[in-house]
Amino acid sequence: MSDEYENKKGYQAQSSETISSGSGGGGSGTVSDADYVRPSEVPEQDLYHGHSFITKWIFCQDAKVIGVQYFLLATFTGIIGLILSWLMRLQLGFPEAAGFMTAEHYYQFVTMHGMIMVVYFLTALFLGGFGNYLIPLMVGARDMVFPYLNMVSFWMFFIAVGVLLASFFVPGGPTGAGWTLYPPQTILEGTPGSGMGILLMCISLILFVAGFTMGGLNYLITVLQARTRGMTLMRMPLTVWGIFTATVLAMLAFPALLVGSLMMSLDKILGTSFFMPTILQAGEVLEYGGGSPILFQHLFWFFGHPEVYIVALPAFGIISDLISVHARKNIFGYRMMVWAIVVIGALSFFVWAHHMYVSGMNPWFGFFFATTTLIIAIPTAMKVYNWVLTLWRGNIRLNVVMLWCLGFIVTFVNGGITGIFLGNVTVDVPLSDTYFVIAHFHMVMGIAPLMVIMGAVYHWFPLVAGRFLDETLGKWHFWLTFLGAYSIYFPMHYLGFIGVPRRYFEMYDSPYVTSAVGMNEFISMAAFIVGAAQLILIYNIVRTLKIGKPAGHNPWQANSLEWLTPSVPPEHGNWGEKLPVVHRWPYDFSVPGAKEDFITQTTPPSEVAGTEVEKT
Amino acid sequence: MSDPKIEGYEFKPGFKGMAKDTGSDQTMFKGVHWGKAMMWIFLLSDTFIFSCFLISYMKGRGSTLIDWPNPSEVFALHVGGVDVPLLLIAIMTFVLITSSGTMALAVKYGYEKNRKMCGWLILATAIGGLTFVGMQAFEWSKLIEEGVRPWENPFGAKQFGSFFFMITGFHGTHVSIGVIFLFIYAYKTFKGHYDEEKRGWFTTIKGNYVEIEILGLYWHFVDLVWVFIFAFFYLW
Repeated sequence: MSDEYENKKGYQAQSSETISSGSGGGGSGTVSDADYVRPSEVPEQDLYHGHSFITKWIFCQDAKVIGVQYFLLATFTGIIGLILSWLMRLQLGFPEAAGFMTAEHYYQFVTMHGMIMVVYFLTALFLGGFGNYLIPLMVGARDMVFPYLNMVSFWMFFIAVGVLLASFFVPGGPTGAGWTLYPPQTILEGTPGSGMGILLMCISLILFVAGFTMGGLNYLITVLQARTRGMTLMRMPLTVWGIFTATVLAMLAFPALLVGSLMMSLDKILGTSFFMPTILQAGEVLEYGGGSPILFQHLFWFFGHPEVYIVALPAFGIISDLISVHARKNIFGYRMMVWAIVVIGALSFFVWAHHMYVSGMNPWFGFFFATTTLIIAIPTAMKVYNWVLTLWRGNIRLNVVMLWCLGFIVTFVNGGITGIFLGNVTVDVPLSDTYFVIAHFHMVMGIAPLMVIMGAVYHWFPLVAGRFLDETLGKWHFWLTFLGAYSIYFPMHYLGFIGVPRRYFEMYDSPYVTSAVGMNEFISMAAFIVGAAQLILIYNIVRTLKIGKPAGHNPWQANSLEWLTPSVPPEHGNWGEKLPVVHRWPYDFSVPGAKEDFITQTTPPSEVAGTEVEKT
Repeated sequence: MSDPKIEGYEFKPGFKGMAKDTGSDQTMFKGVHWGKAMMWIFLLSDTFIFSCFLISYMKGRGSTLIDWPNPSEVFALHVGGVDVPLLLIAIMTFVLITSSGTMALAVKYGYEKNRKMCGWLILATAIGGLTFVGMQAFEWSKLIEEGVRPWENPFGAKQFGSFFFMITGFHGTHVSIGVIFLFIYAYKTFKGHYDEEKRGWFTTIKGNYVEIEILGLYWHFVDLVWVFIFAFFYLW
């Protein structure tokens, strides 16, 4: 691979072969040859340094600040989504206590909860939040390559959130068509929010896509073209790989959402019939005719399925790094992990119609899409095995971060297995639109990525704020959330098996009632507790900012570049005078023969002569 | 194109060279300006947008039960007592493709630091784009006069009007944005922003003639998309 080093003596120091300490510590000529890294190709980046409060903290071009801005705004919308889910659970568990809620309200809450959590919370948080903060630091860049565009990206997201939330206050309220927004009912009278509500939703999505494209271009070019000296693609932390691949997916999947939203808005405003067939409403034939509702479903899910992996791949990447650092072991099968991320990303574009088995499309499609769907299980299972094998015989530090990692693995396996159920057409058809589906996707792309977010917050908070979050509070937070989330979603599998349909305001006098009522009450109680448990984290963060234990440099003894900045928290420009030079991958933990159990990426080979470092 | 000179890095030809570049540190596309790489990736994303539009169009046209209007009649121009099919569209396409030619020349003169020629050619490109948008406006008003609307169409399936106005409108927006930027870039070229490496208006990035090539990439892309729209709407 790196044959530019080939003719240099001492290159072997980078291989896994042990070098005798004699030659390593000997002539300084040999040592510097071993440590040789090609000079910089790209000139230094000019940065705009803010002078006032506004340019430093509000309209700021520093990727780290933008990352925190994304994080805070996404969390804010996420809390709204959480409150909506509380209201839904109140209705489902204790309808008599939710007298203020009509069926229309319930549908609106379902819709907004789904859209907020998937797009405005998880996507924005992983890519906008973690992506902005971590990519430049982890690849050794001073900032994103287009800082101004990056700033605009956040403010577009801000406007998108504003438009979305504005729909709560327009006549008719927000759309209540379900987060999938299936036409024709989405824009027909009778569906809540079929007027301004759906229009604002479409506009908000279009703005989100536009804003995200600006950010996404930044992430991609920073990874591809702005790495520091010695940082090859195969030396990047898996976090960067996950976010990078997810961004590629987003750049290719969001166009379908944009086109779908645009066509839906035109159907609404101008009365075009892209998605609208001939419709008889209350004995009256509407103006619409000749359109195809299935077309929208294809467009939506061509976005919607990659979207699942836009959320999941950064989570995969981050969890790999967290596990490796806190188990003090190199990630098992790094290259396999990278390729698994890439393969999952590629496959995700060929599985979208498994969301449409009951849509009435050609049955042969079901055959094809079931096959591709089940193939995804292979790289995904590889990743799970590799996480477990990383833990195996590791020097595990059972701190809060590790707890979240373990919680993630368990939850993800659980949600993944139910995915195999739903990927098969014959099993899916009876389970379609039941609580089994709810349980599946909340486990696999709700709770599992959330566990990663939480783990990442506890892991990187010492970097962002310079202080450790409190471990005891963290353990309370973890156990309440983990056990609580299982109490919510595990019984839902059972509800699905007995046939309780999803998106029903109430169950009326159906035969499910007797067995489902008690369970619904239990689930609702658990949901209230889990939601409230998140206050522990907020309290922990506020408390830590004031009286937390100072973390200092590289508190977790990690290897990757973000911990090696001259100041903690890192300043604008990240690296002070000189950019770091990378000599190895970020997973040299517990290397036999090394003095310490970690060798940072910037440690030159001459300093670790005599150790069995990996050749990377 | 010859490989750029990079200290300490040796290029290899062909597939091996690609693998080596990919596996190397710092950059994957050696010597490629950040903005240029960004434009390529943006265009890939934009390709997906137009693909979604055109695939939706094919699906819509395929599944409607009412006949699609005959394009050579609907788009015909009445000149000198005869209906000439595709006349306007042929001129429009010619103008747009020509403007791609002037754009390519502008890029060439830009790299040669020939400020005047470069500026005039960008201006010519902008005027070509403006002509295209003008003729499109003419075509739109002709169709609207004949009663074609996004929601109805006297010649057949109503989806014809919907898809036509939406897709050509979306493409026309792209052209218009391009024209605006062409005028801005022509101004900057004449003012010597690229020769003097002046910083951009909002950013700290220094001016460089590569920006003209980046805008050129966008312009050629808009042209290429037009070829597909032309084929799908006017020849099918």
